[in-house]
Amino acid sequence: MTSDHVPKFKIDIRKENFDINLEMKYLTDVNLKVGAVVSFVGKVRDLSKNSKLKFMEIEHYPEMSEKVLRDLCKKATLRWELQGISLIHRIGKLYPGENIVLLVIASVHREEAFDASLFLMDFLKSEAPFWKKETTITGSIWVEENQVDKQKLLRWQ
Amino acid sequence: MNLLYFASLRECIGVSSENYITDQKTISGLIDELVKREPRYEKAFKNLPMIKVAIDHELIADLETSIVGVSEIAFFPPMTGG
Repeated sequence: MTSDHVPKFKIDIRKENFDINLEMKYLTDVNLKVGAVVSFVGKVRDLSKNSKLKFMEIEHYPEMSEKVLRDLCKKATLRWELQGISLIHRIGKLYPGENIVLLVIASVHREEAFDASLFLMDFLKSEAPFWKKETTITGSIWVEENQVDKQKLLRWQ
Repeated sequence: MNLLYFASLRECIGVSSENYITDQKTISGLIDELVKREPRYEKAFKNLPMIKVAIDHELIADLETSIVGVSEIAFFPPMTGG
């Protein structure tokens, strides 16, 4: 058991699905200081207007993506007192309803975990080198940058 | 140096990476040189404000950033992860 304040970190970029309970256990086992755990799951949804989404492909820049996620987690721990972060981003071919990303944050009180979750997801969307390509019955198209997501970064200035 | 292309840029240029030797000193100089090479590069870099650049895994905002001595430059569209 650790008694220091060094937060636990786990960053994983992989094809396989994740188990949210496993990640919660990783963050809360033997750390009785944890009083709050916030989790976020991003999923493949079908918002295409006239054409049905068949699947999505996620590409990344391996040498950079893990480093960016690690740096963002580090920034979050400097800004909020956190007990741990587990962040898993899936890559490859994913079908509607499948999970894309999991973020689990543990802290002493809930506010830190909620705020840090929003912060991390906002920056992940704009700064982590991942790209989504959607294939519908009419063809394939790269997902375009969401301007609203971009503006959300302003709230952290 | 090694040039990398991702997502729509990779599809447009047709390769994911290539070794490239240049006398150019900045990103903008390099892009100008690439664009003159072949139409596929011209097409890929057409919408320049939408292109993101990372030098040795570090995102850069200024196209006048020096590329002297760097080993890897990546070009890609805005990120859409999460």
